This record gives sequence, C-alpha cells and structure tokens, in this order.
Amino acid sequence: MKAEIRKLVVFVEETRSEMGRPVSPPTRKAAAVAVIRNPYAGVYVEDLSLLIEVGAELGGLLGGKCIEALGIDPKHAESYGKAAMVGENGELEHAAALLHPAMGKPLREAVGHGAALVPSSKKRGGPGHVLDIPLGHKDAAFVRSHFDGMTVSLNDSPRADEIMVAIAVTDSGRPLARVGGLAISEIEGKDGLR
Amino acid sequence: MPEPKIRKFSTVIEEIFHEGGKPVATPLKRGTILAVIENPYAGAYHEDIAGFMKDLEPLGLTMATQLIESLGGDKSAVQGYGKGAIVGQAGELEHGALWHVPGGYAMREALGDAKAIVPSTKKVGGPGTRLDVPVTHINASYVRSHFDAMEVGIPDAPRANEIVLALVMTTGSRIHARVGGLKADEIKGQDGLR
Repeated sequence: MKAEIRKLVVFVEETRSEMGRPVSPPTRKAAAVAVIRNPYAGVYVEDLSLLIEVGAELGGLLGGKCIEALGIDPKHAESYGKAAMVGENGELEHAAALLHPAMGKPLREAVGHGAALVPSSKKRGGPGHVLDIPLGHKDAAFVRSHFDGMTVSLNDSPRADEIMVAIAVTDSGRPLARVGGLAISEIEGKDGLR
Repeated sequence: MPEPKIRKFSTVIEEIFHEGGKPVATPLKRGTILAVIENPYAGAYHEDIAGFMKDLEPLGLTMATQLIESLGGDKSAVQGYGKGAIVGQAGELEHGALWHVPGGYAMREALGDAKAIVPSTKKVGGPGTRLDVPVTHINASYVRSHFDAMEVGIPDAPRANEIVLALVMTTGSRIHARVGGLKADEIKGQDGLR
C-alpha cells in the first residue's frame, strides 16, 4: 500500500427513534476514516500523483470498511459521500488529489455500483476539528430523502503533517424523511441524477 | 420504571498502527459504544432514582456484547475498559451516576472474570459535548501501560432530556507504551489492583 496509515477509525450510527416516534427499520450510517501521512506536507509540489494513487487505494479500503461495519450486502448500500481534512502543513489541493481523480471507481466497486456523483467536502484543520461528510443517494443524486451528512472528529487528528480521509455509506435515508421530492421508488437510475 | 427509551446507538472503533514509532504487527483497537436514552428524571428533582439502575442492566449487557462484537468478537482480546455518561441540561450529574453499577456489571458479565474497578467519568453537557472516558486494565488497575482514555461524543446528543451512556474497551496498551510501572505480565490478579 502506498498510503502510510497511522490509524483507521470506523463510526456507526443507528437511529431507533426521533421525537419519540419509532424509526423502523432503524436508519444506519457508517463512516470510515484513515489518518495518513501527508507526503507533501511543508513543501509545494506540482505533481500530486502519489496522493491520487493513495485516493484510489483508500476508496476501496474505506468503502469496504463501511460495508463491513454495516454488515450488509454491498448492493443494499443506499447513499455515500467523501471528505478530507488536511493538517496545517498541507494544502486544500492535497485533499482534492485524494478525493477526485481516482477514488470513485474503487469506492463504487466496494458499495456495489453507484451511478451518482459522490458528494464531497474538504477543509484544512487541526486535531479535533469536525469534518462533515455530505451524503447523497448512490444511484440518483436527486433523491431528496437521502440528502444528509455524517459528522466525524478525532481528538488527535489531523496532526500538522497528516490528512484525515473519510468515506460514509448508509443503508437508509434520513429518519422520518417527509419533505417530498424524488422518492427512492421512482429512481430511473440511468444518468445518476434521477 | 419502564425500560430505557433508546433514540440511537453510536459505535466507534479505532485501529491504531503507530504514533510516530515503529508500526505494530497487530494494531491496537480502541472501541466505544454509546446509547442515547431518554432521561426519565429530566426537568424536576426526584429523590428516588436508584431503581433505574436495575432497568439499565439489560441495555448495558446489550451494549457490552455489541462492543465486543465490533472489536472482532473475541472477548479474551479485551484488556482495558472504562465507562462514562453525559447528562443533558435538563438533568443532573447524579443521573449520570446511575450508570456506575449497570455499566460495570455489563462489562464484567460480558467479559467473564474481570477483576479491576471500571474507571469512569461523567458530566452535564449539550449536543456535541465530548467526554474523555478513562481506561485501565481489566484485571489490575495499576498496570501503567494500560492507563489510557478515549474521547467520545455525538454531534446531536444529548438533547436536554437525554443521557448518553458510554462503554469503552481496548485490546492492549498504549501503542508505544514505555514509561515503566507494573506490567500486564506481572499481574497477580487477586485484588484487582496489582
């Protein structure tokens, strides 16, 4: 592996009720986070291809960790998202190299296909900063019940020369979703949008 | 008192490979399971609250069993533990103390024959409040390599009328432990201390 991983962390959230009403079946979200060394910390480097390769590795690894933590068949994954937080000695472009050019394909393989854009966010920050991973339906980006997010933080990450790379996967939408829009039953699944 | 009303569960499993030193062959795992429950005593002073401890026992056992499962399923791999509670602002610190007995009981029950006191902490807080849960060795509190802690919390909990209950387990010492003291292989295991 090209990624130099200091730690891997998996988060699972299961919501059983909201405002006193049962959520049945419970909604479940998982996030997998890798804390890696930033090979470009502290210097400007024009060619970021090493991080692009690391992004591809982590797409498969972290996507698989989420599926494993949810204990589901990959085809039952419903939404996904990705995010990265770069420690203070790195640049936002390092997050872009990890997330955008090559992460999508192995991630989609890990979650049993995915026609929709993987929503993403990125930031620079220090240990304990909060990272919000956006979520959208994996086959049809306009499914309104699945617009969501998942928050992760690690008190010791990212250190100045590290990057936190996160992928979130769910088997469900928001608890008690009821604001209309394209429903999961209406997905055509051709263009990744509807 | 009825059984606890659960809004959500959250689990976090960390796999730590190194912290600047030589990466280890078997990563240290630190895991937590959190339950967000309704505080039956929120909003008013109640003199008699101790009965709720009994009601929390089945939930505690469910959490401890699930945490062992999330750490890989082998209870003999668990070497450290701790517990804690975050009480929402309509409750009092004393409500957090209700977790001492059932939380400790649950982990001893699930782990078999753990001898040491389960270290704990508690506080009143709001959504997103973080709690540093202390961790010590399950059979001998003085094992220095296993003095540790795990920071836990949930972005949307506890609401004012809720309590976050936390259990933490670890599979080993701090990743590069080297400050001496009683070692795990020197435990006599009679008094839970040494």
